[in-house]
Amino acid sequence: MSVTKTIDARDTFCPGPLMELISYMKHATVGDVVELLSTDSGSANDIPEWVKKVGHEMVGTEQVEGVWHLKVRKAK
Amino acid sequence: MRILVVGGGTAGTIIANNLARRLGPETRAGKVRITMLSATDRHMYQPGLLYVAFGQMAPDQLYRDQASLLEPNIEFHVDPVKQFKLDRNQVVTEAGKTHEYDIMVIATGSRMVPDETPGLSEGAEFFYTEASAVKMYKALREFQGGRVAVAVGVPHKCPIAPVEVMFSLNDFFKARGIRDKVHLKYYYPIGRIHTIENVAKWAKPEFDKIGVEYETLFNIKEVDAKNKILKSEEGTEVNYDMLIVIPQHRGMEVIERDNMGQGGWIPTDRYKLTMNGHENVYVVGDTTNLPVSKTGSAAHFQAEVVAENIASIVKIGAPVRDYDGKVYCFIEAGHEKATYAMFNYLNPPDLKPPSKPMHWFKLSYNQMYWTSVRGLL
Repeated sequence: MSVTKTIDARDTFCPGPLMELISYMKHATVGDVVELLSTDSGSANDIPEWVKKVGHEMVGTEQVEGVWHLKVRKAK
Repeated sequence: MRILVVGGGTAGTIIANNLARRLGPETRAGKVRITMLSATDRHMYQPGLLYVAFGQMAPDQLYRDQASLLEPNIEFHVDPVKQFKLDRNQVVTEAGKTHEYDIMVIATGSRMVPDETPGLSEGAEFFYTEASAVKMYKALREFQGGRVAVAVGVPHKCPIAPVEVMFSLNDFFKARGIRDKVHLKYYYPIGRIHTIENVAKWAKPEFDKIGVEYETLFNIKEVDAKNKILKSEEGTEVNYDMLIVIPQHRGMEVIERDNMGQGGWIPTDRYKLTMNGHENVYVVGDTTNLPVSKTGSAAHFQAEVVAENIASIVKIGAPVRDYDGKVYCFIEAGHEKATYAMFNYLNPPDLKPPSKPMHWFKLSYNQMYWTSVRGLL
């Protein structure tokens, strides 16, 4: 699985990691995989919550040296 | 040294004026030339549009002649860029002129794009342009009661606006004596009612207090204007009598046309504010792809850093400051009270209880802005 795009949303309070992801997904192509980098402790919960609700797919979640790496595949 | 500023909004105007003042001797000696290219001869104070939408400011109060805001040693042309030739350090304008630069600042801003969402332009009110704000005011004035839905597109500029509009709606309908006939509901894209956690924590009980309902994880998909139904990407539907939308934004078309950034947002170094791969090109304000609020405030603080750094490059051959992500946003909280959110990359905002003096400060800032863009404040 290759990452199509990496979004660096570390150290941001506004618009924040999930807003950055939503914004990117609008213009992505179905099948694209985006990797979101976040230092927001809430991202490990709120990103998968939105991804599930909207119908995309989480393909990876890991924390490396304090940074969340969240991989999402655009499914529709 | 030829310094070219593309864009005459908040960031571009502050940078040009700040540079003109810092580099006065150099411009007089002919060693430095500062040129600004803008799409219009008028400068709009965009935060005033919210007041226009509620009949609290007239549209003509939002404008000044751009030339009147600029220092005399700035060469100003109303002639927007049609093509960026970064490999040659040139731009070509709509009038067909070529401008060469040693350092360029791109501050072209953003625009709302409601037409990218099916039915939105037909079905919703906006307040992000003069015409739409006037139209929204007239619609609010005629409204006799029912369900008012406020929804938020992504990305959008002025992230505080969705919260402010709810307080303004509550005040407006109370003043008209029909608040009890109006059902106010707020729809927000992420899992809380504002993207800044501390703003969400503050606003939630405030919304509860004034009877504003809310639904989160709601992203606008389309609007059935005929039947007055708003549909979300998440699969929910909402019936409304009036729909007010903070619309989705994009950068300017020329940025996308020249393949300088997806969505019209240029990849930018978050500290240096230079365009990735182009050390002599600075990007400021809404035009960047940075994870920073698209606000006049961010544009202002970025502009001060960029102006100081360009002046330092001219004087000593090196920049002297990094941008730390600073943003300061007023928050109109209704009942003639306001608060503010100040934060940077590392420190979240700590919201204070709304107060009348802060509201008066915001009203004063609406006039002080003109001092600010002249680079004096």
